[in-house]
Amino acid sequence: MATAVAHRLPVGRAGKGATGWWGMLLLIVTEASLFAYLLFSYFYLGSMARGAWPPSGPPELRLALPNTVILLLSSAAMWWAESGVRQGRQGRLRLGLLLTLVLGIVFLAIQVVEYSHKQFTPATDAYGSLFFTITGFHGAHVAVGLLMIAVVAVRAWLGHFSERRHLAVTNVSWYWHFVDVVWLAVFTSLYLSPRFL
Amino acid sequence: MATIAPAVPSPSLHERLQRIWETPPGLFGILGTVDHKTIGKRYLVTAFTFMLAGGLEAALMRAQLAGPNERLLTPEAYNQLFSMHGITMIFLYASPILSGFSNYIWPLMLGSRDMAFPRLNALSYWLFLFSGLFIYSSFLVGQAPDRGWFAYAPLTEGPFSPGLHMDFYALGLLFLTVSTTVGAINFIVTLFKLRAPGMSINRLPIFIWGTLTTSFAVLFAMPSLTAACVMLYFDRRFGMHFFDVAAGGHPLLWQHLFWIFGHPWVYIVVLPAMGIMSDMIPTFCRRPLAGYTFVALATVSTGILGFGVWVHHMFATGLPDLSTDFFSAASMVITIPSAVAVFAWLATIWHGRPVLRTPFLFAAGFIVLFVIGGVSGVATAAVPFDRQLTDTYFVVAHLHYVLVGINLFPVIAGFYYWLPKMTGRMLSERLGRWNFWTMFLGFNLGFFPMHIAGLLGMPRRIYTYPAGLGWGTVNLVTTIGSYVFAVGVLLFLVNVLWSLLRGPAAGPNPWDAPTLEWATSSPPPPYNFEVLPSVGSRHPLWEGRLPDEGTARSVLDRGPELDDGRETLGVTPLDAEPSEILTMPEDSLYPFLLALSLLVTFYGLLTSVWAMAVAGAVLVIAMTIGWLWPGDVPEEA
Amino acid sequence: MLLSPTYLRTFGVVADRMATLGWILLIVSSVVVLVVSVLVLVGVLRRGTGSFAPVERGGPGLRWIVIGGIVVPVVILVAVFVLTVTTQAAIASPATPPGLTVRVIGHQWWWEVRYLDPSPDRIATTANEIHIPVGRPVRFEVVAGDVIHSFWIPELAGKTDLIPGQRNVMWLEADHPGVFRGQCAEYCGMQHSKMAMSVVADPPAAFDAWLARQRLPAASPSDPDMVAGEAVFTSSACALCHTIRGTPARGRVGPDLTHLASRRTIAAGTLPNTRGYLAGWIANPQALKPGNVMPAVPLKPTELQVLITYLQSLN
Ligand code: HEA
Ligand code: HEA
Ligand code: HEC
Ligand code: CUA
Ligand SMILES: [Cu+2]
Repeated sequence: MATAVAHRLPVGRAGKGATGWWGMLLLIVTEASLFAYLLFSYFYLGSMARGAWPPSGPPELRLALPNTVILLLSSAAMWWAESGVRQGRQGRLRLGLLLTLVLGIVFLAIQVVEYSHKQFTPATDAYGSLFFTITGFHGAHVAVGLLMIAVVAVRAWLGHFSERRHLAVTNVSWYWHFVDVVWLAVFTSLYLSPRFL
Repeated sequence: MATIAPAVPSPSLHERLQRIWETPPGLFGILGTVDHKTIGKRYLVTAFTFMLAGGLEAALMRAQLAGPNERLLTPEAYNQLFSMHGITMIFLYASPILSGFSNYIWPLMLGSRDMAFPRLNALSYWLFLFSGLFIYSSFLVGQAPDRGWFAYAPLTEGPFSPGLHMDFYALGLLFLTVSTTVGAINFIVTLFKLRAPGMSINRLPIFIWGTLTTSFAVLFAMPSLTAACVMLYFDRRFGMHFFDVAAGGHPLLWQHLFWIFGHPWVYIVVLPAMGIMSDMIPTFCRRPLAGYTFVALATVSTGILGFGVWVHHMFATGLPDLSTDFFSAASMVITIPSAVAVFAWLATIWHGRPVLRTPFLFAAGFIVLFVIGGVSGVATAAVPFDRQLTDTYFVVAHLHYVLVGINLFPVIAGFYYWLPKMTGRMLSERLGRWNFWTMFLGFNLGFFPMHIAGLLGMPRRIYTYPAGLGWGTVNLVTTIGSYVFAVGVLLFLVNVLWSLLRGPAAGPNPWDAPTLEWATSSPPPPYNFEVLPSVGSRHPLWEGRLPDEGTARSVLDRGPELDDGRETLGVTPLDAEPSEILTMPEDSLYPFLLALSLLVTFYGLLTSVWAMAVAGAVLVIAMTIGWLWPGDVPEEA
Repeated sequence: MLLSPTYLRTFGVVADRMATLGWILLIVSSVVVLVVSVLVLVGVLRRGTGSFAPVERGGPGLRWIVIGGIVVPVVILVAVFVLTVTTQAAIASPATPPGLTVRVIGHQWWWEVRYLDPSPDRIATTANEIHIPVGRPVRFEVVAGDVIHSFWIPELAGKTDLIPGQRNVMWLEADHPGVFRGQCAEYCGMQHSKMAMSVVADPPAAFDAWLARQRLPAASPSDPDMVAGEAVFTSSACALCHTIRGTPARGRVGPDLTHLASRRTIAAGTLPNTRGYLAGWIANPQALKPGNVMPAVPLKPTELQVLITYLQSLN
């Protein structure tokens, strides 16, 4: 084994398996639990509800459905950027990050528009509290993700990344895909499940 | 790529490493250090100080309860004291003290030079300190939390709890959650990546298993508390309705969220402590732990099963019998791993030659207290009897036997065991014996009668009780016992002071213990190990003495020196094969400043000064970017 | 001197079953603790030394772990669990369906008690003192008026929480006449400590008579002092918070006082119901039970005297 004999080892690591990558993975695990508990709360209060659930009928899909597609597209863009940098293709990295950023911002903007159409507020009833808190938490995660992408994009322009050195890109992309998957869970629970349950 | 050739310790290597790893003196060094040993000691001192504060609160409560109809404390004062006592002990003492030990000991035990993320480590300490101070600042405005440590809604909702009391609670715990989560991630990654080569998972000390299990449990349990506290704050501040039945919420949502967190949490605050015992008892019994694999598995399975018993705190809430029976069964299943551990310790003692030094006395006492606390837990797990026991002093007795028995006793034992490593000086053995016996007898004198008070029908959380119910005597005895116990704690402090001033030198391995932390000097140098060790068995320092562990394969005096700046070795997660050289960060003010910014945010949220909250958040973002922005020498892949 | 309200000495079938299970658990627990303590003590003393012996391998100790740590506990725990479930099932419902339902409403920090009846005018309302007939099961519906409380009469039955938005049901039966103390068991704020009550188990005939009396409105006072007292009550703030059936006082904030004088204690078991304590309570409720909802209502000494006389006539 051992290091009692001579060894050649890399200094640091590029992506998967690096300490930073493990850190991001564990952060995602605990964040995912947070959303699981929020959705548990949604279903719990739904199961205890005496009247209709949701009180004002299932939320509309008119904006939410296209918005879901937009977020999925942004994930694809992110994947494109990350696989680009793994091949050392700086242009793809920069363009992909930019595209992700734009799509993410559009998602948030549409979310705000949807909020402004709502007939209820977080203080109307428990459903309102749940709806705005859950989608709001998700929105906050999108915002944090966008911030990280923006920083990484700046670094990409400064030429910080290469096919050997792109841990920040890998981490941000994992985070972004996670935010996406969470949205699918939120969307299924809040928007779709009342139509079937 | 870099070549690492084995080297041997030498004065010039020592000097080079010292220069690289030393924290500069002065304010920058104090606020910026990322040395896990300094951070660990800070954790220990801070958490123990919170314990003394919580103990003082308890001492006041016991004075009030010494006899019927006492008038020492007003109900408002009592309710804040018992709530802050519980919050302090559970959140600011029991868990952080173990993080302190883990922080200090882990890299030494694992044969590494630091934790995986030294700066996150500093951050989690500052967050812990600031959140503790945040919660305690409630006393300054006379509005400490006063709804008990589990704070059932709707008693905590705006209409029933005006003032800032429960805002301090909700925000303070949210703040602390960040610290605990960051710490847990750090431990897990450290274990995966920063071990001595050869330290495969079947060679990990049980203490490592304990903290590892705990850290995973934190990742899954903590968010439940986060969700609950966010909802509470939103209800109180923004008029939301999560727990408000009138608008579709439900009080039991709080109870489920709280106990889904709360029960795993009570194992989080004991598994590392049980690990300390599992590693210490063998040292003092002069033999390896009996049933290592069983104990390791018991640790992990307790952590997992701990997620399936939360409803045993809710047996009186009117849930259907089927559901309570299920959780009753689960609570009984979870005693099996505990029983396995108890009998592994017993076997180790019976098949060993116990050395009756102070740490071992605490260990022996701990086993007895654990069993008393454990069986009273089983009594409360039996649903029909729990309908009587719940919310009486019987539960108070249970929780102190387990918390003091399996947390505080191992912690004191841990201090007697490892303080010589930290300071280089031994504690007094004579004072130690006095310390043990006053604590052990005082504890039983004080807390055993609580079982009886509970059986006599005394509810918990009452600031006074009438004469004539037969509760006076048991309570007087409890108060006396508590004070004897407090004197025991005082003796411990005296012993520490004595040791710091004139304790005899400890030497690297005063207990002839088998694990790696004893291979380096006491106190260890800033870089821990001059050459990084590699490990060939479970007991690197006992090799050659245990027949069936074969020839010594651990190498402690020859190994990579890694002296190109702060570096340590990275390994593969399962087999601990060397895989890379890790560049470790320099000291930095960012962790401190980030924590400070978050403190600003939380005071903004507390006072509804939104500009302040936003300013704090912007600072947090700025600090994070500054922290993560690569320095002049970007690490090369 | 009262005896402790311990649930190990019980007076009703529900609590009896709980106590039997309890005794078994306490005995088993004591044996386990004793055995392990002896093992620790003997193990330590047998070969304990003050100095460090050389390290040895020692026995593997697996037999300890398998027998002591797995086999024996599993056997004990399976037995305990079976007892738990059978006890649970045995007390789930009474042998004969209860003929009487009492609704208990928890308020900070007192108990409102209603004897339900199909016809609304036969519902009797009282507070803090519950009468039940000996030997007959009684059904309780417990609901919360504000925050969570817990209904608990140790000698008759275990706890059932009163939870907003939920109607929990339990039952109990007393097999001996007597007065049984109960106390709120879920922390409910400042005066959780002084939220007690009592359950009085009467022989059935006495109970029926009691209930019939509780249903009646208060008798009109005859004595001039009492008439004056009633006037003080109905014309001051008292009437905003308290009901005395048969008078204009219809407040719902505090306990129904229609038959106040028939109760043994006031302020949720805090004070004996005597002239002195009643006067002390009305003159300054905050001194006797700080933080409770009832304020001191300014009254002249003479008004207070006639008021007490009147209240004491409410039988
Ligand atoms: C230190 C943390 C800790 C630990 C380790 C435990 C361990 C256990 N606890 Fe405890 N518990 C608390 C901390 C802890 N608890 C706290 C803080 C509360 C109160 C919260 C509050 O309300 O404020 C509480 C409350 C609590 C309740 C709720 C009581 C109520 O409010 O009504 C219950 C009910 O089931 C329970 C059960 C158990 C069980 C079955 C175990 C088991 O894990 C114990 C297992 C161990 C043993 C049994 C001993 C060793 C075994 C043997 C020697 C084998 C032989 C034994 C038998 C065959 C019985 N606990
Ligand atoms: C690790 C956890 C821990 C620890 C160590 C303790 C330690 C003690 N606890 Fe506590 N306790 C809890 C966790 C803990 N507790 C929890 C979770 C609750 C539930 C809260 C709730 O219901 O919300 C609780 C509740 C609780 C109650 C019930 C309150 C109620 O329901 O009304 C009581 C009452 O006696 C009590 C007493 C004590 C005492 C006397 C000590 C002693 O061991 C303390 C000894 C220490 C000192 C006294 C300080 C050190 C000594 C000195 C500095 C020397 C000088 C001082 C003097 C001589 C006075 N505790
Ligand atoms: C603001 C409402 C309020 C007013 C005004 C008020 N009370 Fe009360 N009263 C209460 C409440 C609430 C309680 C229960 C207190 C407790 O036990 O915590 C109570 C309790 C009592 C009790 C004890 C009842 C029992 O069975 O325990 C008596 C007697 C009483 N009030 C009489 C009076 C009289 C006489 C007045 C007027 C001088 C008065 N109250 C004014 C709210 C009020
Ligand atoms: Cu009502 Cu406690
Ligand atoms: Cu529990």
